[in-house]
Amino acid sequence: MGMIPARFDYRQAGSVAEALQLLASCDDAKLLAGGHSLVPLMKMRLVSPSTLIDISGIAELQGITDAGSALRVGALTRHRVVERSQVVAQHVPLLAHVAGLVGDPQVRNRGTIGGSLVHGDPAADLPSVALATGATMVVTGSGGERRIAASDFFVDFLETAVGPDEILTAIEFPKRTGAGFGYEKFVRRSMDYAIVGVAVQAGEQPGIALVNMGSVPRRAEAASQALASGAGVDAVAALAADGTNPPEDLNASADYRRHLASVLTKRALLAAGYR
Amino acid sequence: MSTIETHTTRVTVTVNGREVSEEVEPRTLLVHFLREQARLTGTHVGCDTSNCGACTVLIDDEAAKSCTVLAVQANGHKVTTVEGVGNGNGGFSPVQEGFRQEHGLQCGYCTPGMIMACTALLAENPQPNEHQIREALEGNLCRCTGYETIVRAVQWAATNGGAGEWA
Repeated sequence: MGMIPARFDYRQAGSVAEALQLLASCDDAKLLAGGHSLVPLMKMRLVSPSTLIDISGIAELQGITDAGSALRVGALTRHRVVERSQVVAQHVPLLAHVAGLVGDPQVRNRGTIGGSLVHGDPAADLPSVALATGATMVVTGSGGERRIAASDFFVDFLETAVGPDEILTAIEFPKRTGAGFGYEKFVRRSMDYAIVGVAVQAGEQPGIALVNMGSVPRRAEAASQALASGAGVDAVAALAADGTNPPEDLNASADYRRHLASVLTKRALLAAGYR
Repeated sequence: MSTIETHTTRVTVTVNGREVSEEVEPRTLLVHFLREQARLTGTHVGCDTSNCGACTVLIDDEAAKSCTVLAVQANGHKVTTVEGVGNGNGGFSPVQEGFRQEHGLQCGYCTPGMIMACTALLAENPQPNEHQIREALEGNLCRCTGYETIVRAVQWAATNGGAGEWA
């Protein structure tokens, strides 16, 4: 009965060092966190890793810490924790807001922020927050830690800059305390992936990022620059789809997606306090 | 002819207060562990793609879709199914009674998952408003009721004992 993943070996890692060792010693291994992106892919046999390395018990990857000018969010922090965090609501309110819009309550109870980001799904919500706020991804490998700007992180469809022997350990969001924000997610049913989504972060370094407007999550670069140089809401919104190559599917044509990107950008800008 | 090597792993879960410990393949999904190892068939497999919510159970008192959780991920944890939320004397919990009083089901296929999602909601927010009820149930699909009677069932439970108690 039902859809069942192909066979795999199951290993547990108690620390990042142990997870890295296991990654290096196994061919074709995948890391398991909350499993809410990976397990569905495995059930559909779109991926069939030989080994799953369960990292969900690694304490050092959990939780949110105040790192001065940024909030450091451990990769294993679940969406529900981010959604309800007072410190996130105060300093990166766009992140708290969008974390509460991922999937549905059951999914948010299990899914992790790092798992969502390394999945690299262009239709997912959270990559747009990382891109709009200018977050930094902290990745650990056998050679130590490296830091990757969100704008360099999403490489291709379901592919990120994290190497096969590396782990995303934390995400650092620059504080945007007191700055306005907006997130517009266009869906037909409440828990669906966005047909198109737009995230706007206001403030000194404003940013606009798009959901489901191409094969990777991306910043709306022309619109972001226009916003930073003081252009009006309509002028910025008109640039939202510049340089994008949106997908066509049963929900929307590419042209309709470009139209949505512009309309939703205007709404998100208004929500963020721009006039 | 080659033989397929099957590795198993021991999974021990406290289900409705009772310890269930079995050797299973790591790829075993929690919903199948509950139905086939724990022999509790109240939890339904619906869409099998984490959309419909029919398989919703509580893991450490938080709602989760058991078709998208491996049994090994629940190893050492507490799981509560629809069989675990009655009043302890073979009767209904307030949420179950609410579904009966307000006709919160027709075919009943989604009901075990609905009961668990509603139970988790009331445990966290004993007096939700209608908007909060609808938001909390966005991960549970019902093709019979149109949701109106389910919302009323949760409101009934909220004023008649709340989430109830479970092991």
